[in-house]
Amino acid sequence: MIDALNIGLAALLLGLALWTILARDAFAAVAGFIAYGLLLTLVWVLLHGIDVALTEAAIGGGLTGALLIGAASRLRGSEAAARAERPGAAAHWLAAGVSVAVTAALAVGVLVLPVPAPTLAPDVAAHIAVTEVGNPITAVLLAFRAMDTLLEAIVLLFALIGVWSLAPDRFWGGRPGLRQHADPNGILAYVARVLPPIGVIAGIYIFWIGADHPGGKFQGATIMAAMWLLVMMAGLADAPPISRTWLRTLLVAGPLVFIAIGAVGVVTADAFLAYPEGGAKPLILAIEFALMPTLTLILGLMLVGAPRRGMPP
Amino acid sequence: MSAATVFGLCAAALIGIGLYGLIVNPHPLRKILAFNVIGSGVFMLFGAIARRGAAAGMGGDPVPQALLITGIVVAFSATALAVALLLRLFDETGSVTLASDAPDKVQAGTDDA
Repeated sequence: MIDALNIGLAALLLGLALWTILARDAFAAVAGFIAYGLLLTLVWVLLHGIDVALTEAAIGGGLTGALLIGAASRLRGSEAAARAERPGAAAHWLAAGVSVAVTAALAVGVLVLPVPAPTLAPDVAAHIAVTEVGNPITAVLLAFRAMDTLLEAIVLLFALIGVWSLAPDRFWGGRPGLRQHADPNGILAYVARVLPPIGVIAGIYIFWIGADHPGGKFQGATIMAAMWLLVMMAGLADAPPISRTWLRTLLVAGPLVFIAIGAVGVVTADAFLAYPEGGAKPLILAIEFALMPTLTLILGLMLVGAPRRGMPP
Repeated sequence: MSAATVFGLCAAALIGIGLYGLIVNPHPLRKILAFNVIGSGVFMLFGAIARRGAAAGMGGDPVPQALLITGIVVAFSATALAVALLLRLFDETGSVTLASDAPDKVQAGTDDA
């Protein structure tokens, strides 16, 4: 029964992936990709990765889908020209051959994976008590492999700077995206008024619960960012100009606090990003609290895109 | 067959499907989509391996699972940057072609300041 469920889900995923690749229209392809992202969430649950499932639902399916839908609608006019550039039949067969070869090699790899499987779970279980957090994923993200998470926060910041720097010179420092106008009495504006209070509480809850249960700052920040985007799309608030000092301060605050706490570790615990004995939990919480607004702003602004309007007077 | 094997094989097929799309689809947005399909396949393969590492009362090895969360977030930021590049290209030139014989229009359009 479970086997049938797994195989059915895998077949559905493969079908949606094929649809995403082969659909004639970019819009239809993106729609397929969003459904694919949501089904992927189920796979993560079946693979016992609840934290990964939450991240996939929020970021992999949700934010990426919204980003690509926006891009597809702006690029509608470019599709006919691209279709004329399709490579010939020989290239298609060659590509198919290469792809089948890669898949076959990976499939063989999957079937001959070592038994018993190598695992770090016992190590994590043995040392998680030191960190005083209950969720092993959070312990890995913010204690055992905190360097990854720090670099990730910096990558996100650099990506946002990269997106911003694609603005034409005359718009530098201005507001990203276009001002949205929606019927102030319409359903979108209504939802944008009613949903955010609930969404913000859900976001903070998922962020807070992440210390001991599945959840955490990325998932929580994505929900908060989604609420902010909803308010912006309904025209109830506008995106801030990217030259604002408060905005830039908040954007760098998270990584800077992370680095500062890491540097303090050199003195108190003999290593960068190490925590002194007995003081791990407060420091982990401090980092998470500092990262939360930074991540919310970065994720939201990345979706809005590069500045498209001049500096406000 | 265990869930890890089923989804491991599914991941291998997804990587192949994505690779095919990346090569044959000329539209850059479709290439970004195909690249995301490859990425999700790689993540799923890694997730299947994490599932095999279940031990000590955990449903999967938490270290690769934590790396997966990092990976998904970084993949999103890379996608956002790629989309921003593409939209700027479209705004500048009115087309998104990657063909090597088309850049005349690009050079004419870049001087926008």
